[in-house]
Amino acid sequence: MQTALSIAMDALAYGMALFIICIGLSLTICLMRVVNLAHGAFAMIGGYIASYAVRDLGLGYGFGIILAMIGTVIIAVPVERLLYRRIYDRSELSQVLMTIGITFCVIGITNYFFGPTLKTIPLPAELARSVDLGFRSIAGHRLFVIASGLVVAGGLWFLIERTGFGINLRAAVENAPMARTLGIRTEIIYGLSFALAIGLAAFGGVVGAEFLPIEPYYALRYMVTFLVVVSVGGAGSIPGALAACLLLGAIDVTARYLVPDFGNFFFYLAVILVVCAFPRGLMGRAQ
Amino acid sequence: MASATSTPAAVGRTLGRDFLGLALIALAGLAGYWLFPDNLAFLTRVLSVALLVLSLDLIVGYCGVASLGQGALYGAGAYAAGIACVHGITDPVLLILIGATAGAIMGLLMGAIMLRAHGLPQLVLSIAIVQLLHEAANKASSITGGSDGLSGMSPAPLFGLFEFDLWGRSAYLFGLGLLIIVFAILRFVTRSPFGMVCRGLKEDPLRISALGIYAFPVLLKMFVISGAVAGTGGALAAIATQVVGLDSVSFEISANALVMLVLGGIGHLYGALIGTVIFMALEHIVAAINPFHWMTLVGAVLIAIVLFAPRGLSGTLDELARLLMRERWRAGR
Repeated sequence: MQTALSIAMDALAYGMALFIICIGLSLTICLMRVVNLAHGAFAMIGGYIASYAVRDLGLGYGFGIILAMIGTVIIAVPVERLLYRRIYDRSELSQVLMTIGITFCVIGITNYFFGPTLKTIPLPAELARSVDLGFRSIAGHRLFVIASGLVVAGGLWFLIERTGFGINLRAAVENAPMARTLGIRTEIIYGLSFALAIGLAAFGGVVGAEFLPIEPYYALRYMVTFLVVVSVGGAGSIPGALAACLLLGAIDVTARYLVPDFGNFFFYLAVILVVCAFPRGLMGRAQ
Repeated sequence: MASATSTPAAVGRTLGRDFLGLALIALAGLAGYWLFPDNLAFLTRVLSVALLVLSLDLIVGYCGVASLGQGALYGAGAYAAGIACVHGITDPVLLILIGATAGAIMGLLMGAIMLRAHGLPQLVLSIAIVQLLHEAANKASSITGGSDGLSGMSPAPLFGLFEFDLWGRSAYLFGLGLLIIVFAILRFVTRSPFGMVCRGLKEDPLRISALGIYAFPVLLKMFVISGAVAGTGGALAAIATQVVGLDSVSFEISANALVMLVLGGIGHLYGALIGTVIFMALEHIVAAINPFHWMTLVGAVLIAIVLFAPRGLSGTLDELARLLMRERWRAGR
């Protein structure tokens, strides 16, 4: 029972960390129709900035998170202007190749500047100790990740469903020329959404660093995982992404606890089964 | 590039061009044999990867199905040949046939799964399949040797005459012969009515289905052919190196194959060969210096290709040649 509970808590926290990173990718794929395999690279950049700020400069954890998000967006915007702009209406294959290329470059450059070692992000005392929930205690960091995931999910839902920006965004996705005719500045909407997606990636990279440690190959190692999770959930659907992250996170963590020798076997088996049963993802919409 | 011409003169011309192409491949291969006698093991690896990239071109270039899991087919061939060899079947030609058959069966399975989805989920399925096989090969260490790799193969002399020696001379020539045979068959397949239907399905699936052709069996057939070719490549690698490692069924080799194909030019069999040779030669040189510089270089090359030469090197060369021809034609008037 104790084991089952701790597996469940770990799975929930891991799923939420995946969700924070992947929801940005899901939005990019659905809104801007770009298969952005470099998403993990941006999460990695966020992790490096936070690690540098917290560990080397001695700044606070919260400050590190904010710095990581802003810094990553500042790095991402020129990349979007120079490179992504040109592949918006190209084939999926071109997008995959270009973004794999960006990932490779980021990995090479990161290693050149920061070296091949693992980068840690020291946790503040409040998150490092365990919290007593009454029936049992869990690590404060896990609780923080779960809460962050819930806040991100709720915040995004509110942003997209309840605000003026969300209405404009949905209009721009549904029918861009018509939205433009109605006076919606679609380029600004797209630019802001891209920045939001990258910011979330950086945030996820930092808070998820306990599960997905920050190292030069991070972007490549988890690229496939992120892409898989998004397409299992169905691009563009917040509940779908949440469901996919929780389901696949649970399968991955449980399999690692119970049958550690099998590695990712059950994870990918589940992916094949889900995609065969739901070719558009759990809650994907018809294209 | 009208390849659907049917007048006898045109057929004669394309046949002539095919023989010229095959002769060029043979010449280039033999030149490699004479020029780099110390690197034959590496050159044999280039040959086997060339077969993998050719097989990927059949799926991506002729059917429009993107796959980041082609290593599954290559690995199936390599492991099948390796396991057969360890268990006493040592004739190299027979081993190649076993590898090709295993690859074809895996192609049938992979196609049946992948063709259920479209677009991004399809790509993800291909990744999931190769990762699943990778873990399975790792886990079933009693059969596959796990992460240590499968070793202990000793293939018999080729045709009972040529030993697989330490310098890899017979392995290289055997591989070159295989590549030429496979290439000739693929020229025939891609130009046949079946190959045309595949191209049509890539360009305009709606119109082809309006002609009364059901896409699934056609694409599945191409998957089987592609699997046989990739399996041949895997079996060749197994025979030449006498070791089969987990890297032969991995996401990395699949992604690299796609990069090589794009570098050379998609939908272009010569492009697949050109891309393989350039990529592997560069890797051989640059990765020896620093693997991270190699990644940066590959990344920059990929970005440049997508931006400036979306049709790959061979497509760009074609275009240049056509422009030059037109200039000369104009000048001649």
